[in-house]
Amino acid sequence: MEVRVQNIRKEFGRFPALDDVSLDIRSGELIALLGPSGSGKTTLLRLVAGLESPTGGMIFFGDEDASKKSVQERNIGFVFQHYALFRHMTVLDNVAFGLKVRPTNRRPPAAEIRRRALDLLDLVQLSGLEKRYPAQLSGGQRQRVALARAMAVEPNVLLLDEPFGALDAQVRKELRRWLREIHDRTGHTTIFVTHDQEEALELADRVVVMSKGAIEQVGTPDDIYDHPVSPFVYGFIGQSNCLEVSLSSGEIWFEDRPIGLRAASEPDGSATLYFRPHDIELIDGCGGCLAGLVTNSRRVAGTRHLELDLGRTHPTVEIELPPERAAAADHARIAFRPTKWTLFRKEEKLPEIQRSVATQTSELARTGT
Amino acid sequence: MAFRNSTRWQFRQPSVIPGFGLALGVTLTWLTLIVLIPLSGLIWRSSGLGWSKFFALASDERTVNALTISFGTALVAAVINLIFGVVLAWVLVRYRFPGKRIIDAMVDLPFALPTAVAGIALTALYAPNGWIGSLLEPLGIKIAFTPAGIVVALVFVGLPFVVRTVQPIMEEIDKEVEEAAATLGANRYQTISRVLLPGLLPAGLTGFALAFARGVGEYGSVIFIAGNLPYVSEIAPLLIIIRLEEFNYPAATAIAAVMLLLSFLMLLVINMIQSWSRRRYGNGA
Repeated sequence: MEVRVQNIRKEFGRFPALDDVSLDIRSGELIALLGPSGSGKTTLLRLVAGLESPTGGMIFFGDEDASKKSVQERNIGFVFQHYALFRHMTVLDNVAFGLKVRPTNRRPPAAEIRRRALDLLDLVQLSGLEKRYPAQLSGGQRQRVALARAMAVEPNVLLLDEPFGALDAQVRKELRRWLREIHDRTGHTTIFVTHDQEEALELADRVVVMSKGAIEQVGTPDDIYDHPVSPFVYGFIGQSNCLEVSLSSGEIWFEDRPIGLRAASEPDGSATLYFRPHDIELIDGCGGCLAGLVTNSRRVAGTRHLELDLGRTHPTVEIELPPERAAAADHARIAFRPTKWTLFRKEEKLPEIQRSVATQTSELARTGT
Repeated sequence: MAFRNSTRWQFRQPSVIPGFGLALGVTLTWLTLIVLIPLSGLIWRSSGLGWSKFFALASDERTVNALTISFGTALVAAVINLIFGVVLAWVLVRYRFPGKRIIDAMVDLPFALPTAVAGIALTALYAPNGWIGSLLEPLGIKIAFTPAGIVVALVFVGLPFVVRTVQPIMEEIDKEVEEAAATLGANRYQTISRVLLPGLLPAGLTGFALAFARGVGEYGSVIFIAGNLPYVSEIAPLLIIIRLEEFNYPAATAIAAVMLLLSFLMLLVINMIQSWSRRRYGNGA
């Protein structure tokens, strides 16, 4: 079922946790709410669930206005970070709980409830453990029980609040892949909250990046990573460098020289240049480039990370190179130029940003020497 | 060799916590002096009676009546305490209201107040000419000087036990568990009856057992309100005193031994229920 969030506001006391947030979620979509703590992602999830009531705005499930409905009436499945299993019930009773508490006219017969609970346990690969108590299960198993329990009520939408947050790294990775499989098989509209960008980018169809109670960007993992629309997203997702630059007649200048990048339509003035460590090319014979002294070099898996000191008080810049190319560059001066980059203007309060289209950028880079 | 050694049960497990020997020694000595020697003295004295004499004394009608009243009223009082203690703990844990801290402190008063004072105060209230007693009198309800009065006194002294055992467990209940029940469609009543109360069962049983044990042995507050009519409202501890004052030591010993046995059995059963539920629900409850 599709979920529409319209101009939702939520204040705790006088502190605004969410400020005018709107979001359309398509039916069957797996969507991630990603942001640092305090960004309002969990609040948004709880508002959709009905565990909190909004200060203003509406939430629609399909065409139906759900904002006035209670949690019980919304028919959602919610998975908590710390499982929140009923510890005095067996695994089977936990899963069957949502069906057992239904009013008699909507409650399936006991045998049917049992069959459905067992089917779900089979789906989450816990068949055979139905007689255990939650205390006798591992963390990963408990979270699977919690998911089966949430799916038992055939929810309109499945909501997961940092579902893997309390698990160790190995189990987390396993469950991530497994959740994706389950989603592909069952097709529930699913919203999950995470602060782990790797998790969001790997798992979700679309990612909603949130910061300070507002949505910064909504897009596919590719969109979010390749075309961040704000300095916050650029900084929050993946690695990035930012440099204070100035613009003069369409040329980008760093300190007192042009760096070979053009932003033709931009008015003169100062701006911030963002680029990722791996979106650079090395240049011989610098006639318009960035150059710095290597101050630190680390081998990380298949690449070498170099920290460059660009002089003065500028923060160091990090670039990534194939190890064989970086070996010669130790303690040397390196000249490079970003191949993909984005300019953000500081003066403008609204993020009316200018972006270099990737193709145009590389073209400029090629012609810029 | 080393393997065989390690499989043998060792009295002292290697541990980083020092003083095992000393601590265990102190504990055992203390327990022996305070609990074991007096109790074994009691058993030794009653075993000196011989079986037939013991049974004759224990099955004396007045004794049986006193024991029935003691255990019966203690059981009723413990049940009442279990219900209202859980409600009281719920209010103290869940709601914020002015004077909450004062009420919280008042729960402990029955611990601190001399039981005789409580007994006299309750008698004054529930006697036919007392504040509450005079209201109940026209309705034909007599509290003071009946077993009902004993229950009232035992409810008073037993209340803190249930509240203080249930309260910390209730505080520990994760709000998420209730929210989980709500998201699954359970209404408030179902959440309380199916999720919250079963989780409190082990703690509630502990409180129940303590209140019950206290009620069986209670003397001070009861003798004032009970009226102490033989066969009607005479409790076993009072009968022991009476037998002692008559220098009828064998009878006193017999009653005491029966009380000891019954108390031990009931506590054993409650403890077994507790450990069973603890095994099921995991630790902490």
